[in-house]
Amino acid sequence: MSTASHEATDATARRGKAPAGERLADWADGRLGIYGLAKANMRKIFPDHWSFMLGEVSLYSFVIIILTGVYLTLFFHPSMQEVVYNGPYVPLQGIRMSEAFESTMHISFEVRGGLLIRQIHHWAALVFVAAMLVHMMRVFFTGAFRKPREVNWVFGFLLLVLGMFTGFTGYSLPDDLLSGTGVRFMEGAILSVPIVGTYLQMFLFGGEFPGHDFVSRFYTIHILLLPGIMAALLVGHLILVFYHKHTQWAGPGRTNKNVVGMPLLPVYMAKAGGFFFLVFGVIAACAAIATINPIWAFGPYRPDQVSTGAQPDWYMGFSEGLIRVMPGWEINLWGHTLQLGVFIPLIIFPLVLVTIAVWPFIEAWVTGDDREHHILDRPRNRPVRTGFGAAWISWYLILLVGGGNDLWATHFHLSINAITWTVRIGFFAIPALTFVITKRICLGLQRRDRDKVLHGRETGIIKRLPHGEFIEVHEPLPQDQMHTLTAHDQPEPLELGPDVDENGVRRKVDRKTKLRAKLSRSMYGEGAQIPKPTAAEHAEITSGHGHH
Amino acid sequence: MSNEDMSEENLPSEREHAHHGAVEPVGDPFADPGLPPHEPRRQDIDERTARRSERTVALLFTLSMIATVGFIASYVIFPIDKIVYIFPFGHVSALNFALGLTLGVALFAIGAGAVHWARTLMSDEEVPDDRHAIEASPEVREQVFADFRQGVKESQYGRRKLIRTTMMGALSLVPLSGVVLLRDLGPLPEKKLRTTAWRKGMKLINQNTDQPLRPEDIGVGSLTFAKPEGLSDDAENFQTVIAKAALMIVRLNPEDIKDKRELDWSHQGIVAYSKICTHVGCPISLYEQQTHHVLCPCHQSTFDLSDGGRVIFGPAGHALPQLRISVNAQGYLEALGDFEEPVGPSFWERG
Ligand code: HEM
Ligand code: FES
Repeated sequence: MSTASHEATDATARRGKAPAGERLADWADGRLGIYGLAKANMRKIFPDHWSFMLGEVSLYSFVIIILTGVYLTLFFHPSMQEVVYNGPYVPLQGIRMSEAFESTMHISFEVRGGLLIRQIHHWAALVFVAAMLVHMMRVFFTGAFRKPREVNWVFGFLLLVLGMFTGFTGYSLPDDLLSGTGVRFMEGAILSVPIVGTYLQMFLFGGEFPGHDFVSRFYTIHILLLPGIMAALLVGHLILVFYHKHTQWAGPGRTNKNVVGMPLLPVYMAKAGGFFFLVFGVIAACAAIATINPIWAFGPYRPDQVSTGAQPDWYMGFSEGLIRVMPGWEINLWGHTLQLGVFIPLIIFPLVLVTIAVWPFIEAWVTGDDREHHILDRPRNRPVRTGFGAAWISWYLILLVGGGNDLWATHFHLSINAITWTVRIGFFAIPALTFVITKRICLGLQRRDRDKVLHGRETGIIKRLPHGEFIEVHEPLPQDQMHTLTAHDQPEPLELGPDVDENGVRRKVDRKTKLRAKLSRSMYGEGAQIPKPTAAEHAEITSGHGHH
Repeated sequence: MSNEDMSEENLPSEREHAHHGAVEPVGDPFADPGLPPHEPRRQDIDERTARRSERTVALLFTLSMIATVGFIASYVIFPIDKIVYIFPFGHVSALNFALGLTLGVALFAIGAGAVHWARTLMSDEEVPDDRHAIEASPEVREQVFADFRQGVKESQYGRRKLIRTTMMGALSLVPLSGVVLLRDLGPLPEKKLRTTAWRKGMKLINQNTDQPLRPEDIGVGSLTFAKPEGLSDDAENFQTVIAKAALMIVRLNPEDIKDKRELDWSHQGIVAYSKICTHVGCPISLYEQQTHHVLCPCHQSTFDLSDGGRVIFGPAGHALPQLRISVNAQGYLEALGDFEEPVGPSFWERG
């Protein structure tokens, strides 16, 4: 007991004499226990690869959005009170507009730097959603969503969806002619919901469209509700990234049981910290040279006016495509109207997003794989998954084309009708086609990898053999490359076994198992992957003919 | 899931290949050779190169400081309304341009400096760190379950059914108050979407001139927009009223009108239609005088004004509602009532 307390005093004394910085750290450690955290994380290892920066870009643009957003709240008035404009922008003088629009004009024309911050905020929002989408694709195509990271996949997906809606509520706030058209679109879509549509519409707008409430309601949703949820999800997302430790690519010395890279302090901290400034700098420069959302050119919202070529921000473009190419089906029965032409797109909209979100769970169910995966898949080694992801992207893109059908028509002198029909057919055909093509490309690449491992890499040097034949000299791959190219697992498809058991009794196989076996065969069966070379094959070839 | 029927070995999960780690049999050409040795960079062995990197980083940080000074100077110097021509961006606000670029450079240079520092001077030696299974060990798992069972047992939750049921009841009822509180978010729909401001005898007011329209004001081939008499632009609820009442008027040749009811509801070939698209409610704004088609710019629904406002192209689900008009004793165009059917997008109760 006495020795223990002695030691404690000693330690305290040692701490007492330390330099100021250390004393401050000691103070914090005594209250917050920071040394435990620092021990685990300060030299935490992060693998390096360019694609791992995409998540960082999302994170940094989120921070930029928060910083600039807070600045904007200092000047923006979320009110639909009508006022007459008498600010410095001459073309709108004397025009009636909501206070929301007027205060946005004020920010743009009277607050020094206000326009810059507004434009940074909007540019960062575009980058944010784009970076999340590309980051999600990186996670998808490399299989980084597999156990133990499924929960983080869901967090990320929710961030993407919330990010889209935060963007939508955000660009509706200035109450300009362009965004008001988007709000009207949303109102019409809500009205198409059977049974409760009109109630939802009245409750959201506080009465008939546009009413006097939606700007202030969207404001709360945009600056508090959604960002709050997103901040919580983001923190959870990052904690899980730390906890799981980052995935890495296969390579010499990199196994499923280790993580190879450079430590957080100093390298990763400098690179990641520096990267924040790079992203911020680029977005600030964009805001300086490229005008975004010039609300003064659109004018204030009037429900009886519209600007031609109205387009939402890009991430909402696919919903625009859905609603444009859908035939105008409307059913009138028993005194009720079902506006399928709007309601079906409204249903497909979340379905498009959810399709990609559920894939990891379907894949896990089909493979029945319960191991932890920390080594990333090369997309070519999982042709069905890669094909599916590519098909999804093509689906998204074809809808985006549909969303701009008028722009395509005027720019390329095509008829809107032709574009609409192309998109309608493409909606079904293009994803299927993309799937098949992508899968083929993957198999081709697998075959090339196999050849490289077995026959070495082409050197471009032509040699003439004694009997006159010309051959290209192949150089055997170094061992680290051979290892990297063969490090992936090749799962066997699930077999159901014989229909009858050893006693001749028919076994009962339920439908779910049958489906699972079928999917498994399509993912890992014949024609879904090229068998990777074995050591025996390699030995046979290398010893067989000496000229390699 | 039950898979008694199939042998577990066939599941991919059971085929754990020992590819990882250098545990392959000797002579395996694909065996993991382990981490390659670290290759030093120029900066690691040549102090002069390292010093050059140092200067580059310092230069970038200095550039950032200069840019920040430039930012503050621009803020003070450029008047907010100064427009300048800068190739290739065109006419831009001098203040916005200067602030954005100086801020951009100030931030970017910090980032570039930090990244250059990390890449050229900080150790680039890759080191391995162990991973540990996320799953707890079986002992921990057992302990947790035992603790949980013990806790539940001590609460007597399982035994005291009465407490359990009433507590569930209370907890599921209490959020109802929150739901009830949302009731006043808005009024009930009732018949609100069925009617507009138009009434019998109301004059059609030209949106541009604010004057009542006479038949002779409506020329062939032009689209005229009208609002109901008595609706002033600065009325409190102007936006909400015009969102349903907006009207477009065209003059057709009476013999061009294909629809009988349309002809009845017109006045000397002048027809009045709702301006609000029946798709999702954009205002229609384009008129093609040869074909008498109007086009909604939002999703290109096209309506034939000479044929009862029928949809001829696009995603709209039904024809544009027509307003019955006539001329009053003073020779002004007037409405003969409200629209017969709801205007704008469809809704469940529309029927
Ligand atoms: C606010 C938006 C987001 C931010 C700020 C963010 C940030 C990050 C960061 C910094 C990482 C580590 C670096 C990396 O792997 O790129 C990461 C990893 C991850 N993210 Fe995100 N992310 C966001 C959205 C998403 C989305 C939309 C998804 C997918 C639906 C997603 C799924 C994941 C997963 C599964 C990981 C772990 C991947 C691994 O360790 O290899 N994240 N995220
Ligand atoms: S709102 Fe007119 S076509 Fe969609």
